[in-house]
Amino acid sequence: MPPDLLDFEEPIGVLLKEIEALSMLPRTGERQLSLDTLKRRVDSIRSDIYSKLTPWQRVLVARHQNRPTVLDYVDHLCTEFTEISGDRRYADDHAIVTGFARYKGEPVLIVGHHKGGGGDTKQKVYRNFGYAKPEGYRKALRAMKLAEKFRRPVLAFIDTPAAYPGMESEERGISEAIALNLREMAALDVPIVVCVHGEGGSGGALGIAIGDWILMHEFAIYSVIPPEGCAAILWRDSARKVEAADALKITAPDLLRLGVIDEIVPEPPGGAHTNHNVAAALFDTALERALAAVSAMDSPTRLEARYRKFRAMGNIGIDGL
Amino acid sequence: MAWFKKARKPSKSSALAEAPSRVPEGLWVKCPDCAQVLYNKDLESNLHVCPKCAHHFRISASDRLRALFDGGQWTEYFANLTSNDPLHFKDTKLYKDRLRSTINTTGLKDAVLIATGRLDGIEIVVAAMEYSFIGGSMGVVVGEKITRAVEMALARRQPLLIVSCSGGARMMEGALSLMQMAKISAALARLDRARLPYISILTDPTTGGVTASFAMLGDLNLAEPKALIGFAGPRVIEQTIRQKLPEGFQRSEFLVDHGMVDLIVDRRSMKSLLSSTLRFMGAESSPGEPPVVQTTDAVEVET
Repeated sequence: MPPDLLDFEEPIGVLLKEIEALSMLPRTGERQLSLDTLKRRVDSIRSDIYSKLTPWQRVLVARHQNRPTVLDYVDHLCTEFTEISGDRRYADDHAIVTGFARYKGEPVLIVGHHKGGGGDTKQKVYRNFGYAKPEGYRKALRAMKLAEKFRRPVLAFIDTPAAYPGMESEERGISEAIALNLREMAALDVPIVVCVHGEGGSGGALGIAIGDWILMHEFAIYSVIPPEGCAAILWRDSARKVEAADALKITAPDLLRLGVIDEIVPEPPGGAHTNHNVAAALFDTALERALAAVSAMDSPTRLEARYRKFRAMGNIGIDGL
Repeated sequence: MAWFKKARKPSKSSALAEAPSRVPEGLWVKCPDCAQVLYNKDLESNLHVCPKCAHHFRISASDRLRALFDGGQWTEYFANLTSNDPLHFKDTKLYKDRLRSTINTTGLKDAVLIATGRLDGIEIVVAAMEYSFIGGSMGVVVGEKITRAVEMALARRQPLLIVSCSGGARMMEGALSLMQMAKISAALARLDRARLPYISILTDPTTGGVTASFAMLGDLNLAEPKALIGFAGPRVIEQTIRQKLPEGFQRSEFLVDHGMVDLIVDRRSMKSLLSSTLRFMGAESSPGEPPVVQTTDAVEVET
């Protein structure tokens, strides 16, 4: 099976192998015909599989090694990207990328987690697999304050397993760094569009995910705790992660229904990792519309709407309001 | 009532393991720190602090309010809000059943009490978390009640105290629990801009999403001695770094050393310290008699 395929895509694997074998032989009209048929079958089986992914399968897609990163989207959709670095306190955290760019010709501030996806192990280690430390959140806040100072909208890209759960995170105040971002982003006086495009891993994701419009990719996940962690605590068995993924309601349709996100961004059949061009184009449409809508509001209206949005979250789960 | 009930010694490295509350029951109790046998009534009158070694026993939200408010009197708000299990969550048992049995055993509807009253004459709003209610975890009800407490402080222009005692966000309410971090923090942004005092009191334990939101956002962050305070739980960190954590890691003293907490305050001097710091922040005693208040089990008043 090709290494990019996930376990549940096995039916495609067989066909892909057949296609590979066929295309190595000299071409004839007849072979071309069967190649086309095979490719069509791959597409149809893939669409079929992806139309009924289980929550756990979505976790695997959201974590796929070739899933587009923040920098892939910036490459496809932005010009003049200038990365800025460091929290001016301690260090530069490579698990969160910040920078200036132009989107549709207009200046925007980019902030996003980066897991090192698409790269080799060295890349992933450089990005700490997307596990951000306090300095990452502080860099993000510094950058967003620059956006506020120069009146530029913020585009936030969410893709992290979690904030880094290590000793130095605690020593340097990971809790305070995330908490402060939550408070300051709630009141940041510029438009903020958030997109959960990969893995929305609990507080580590939320730490840069407060905004006026929350987009979420079709096969992305957003959760209070990784399914493995939840299974280990509640079932006392991390192997029950499949059930935990189901119980936690981490999929885009679930979260739209629960009012946690505002809109689902469609992905190419087979997931964003199979075709970055199409994934970026689909995202572009949603992003352009969302940014235009929130930018059209005047400041007080936008800030009040942002407050009301988060203020209402969870009320669906309360009796006696 | 039992004659003697041994308080469980808290495990050194694991907060999650100590699920039963360490609120002492029984006539006599043994201090888990110094092994002194204490008469429970004496312990109670000492605010559940060991007279010998100053070990701070975990206390309930209502004991907390009793220790803070003048004359042990307060008015409780929003006590009728309950979770309707929005995810229809099920692990080894139904969350609905877990909720129902916790409501029955604690007599509370969720893991926080919201109250107003006077502290040394100063009218304040207090949110006190209750650990015995599913580990003090924050779900939608806790989030809504604390947000309302913040908004109440804002509307009345009164100082806000939040006493945290929580394992973090409540898993059984999924991402909705996570969003309560954002919801409360957004309200605190408004309180901050309005120049009203917010003092966060961190008690054992304060971890996860509670630490990473309102508990760290106080104008002052105060901690009780030796409280476990952190973002990731000690077990998770040990799994990440594959070694044992040093003694005292993520305890109050560690947080003061690393600049995250202002001060460690003994429970017995908490009230006088709060009074003087609140006055520094501009709060004043209200003139005249306090308005008519009910004790402990006050009636519901909506604002």
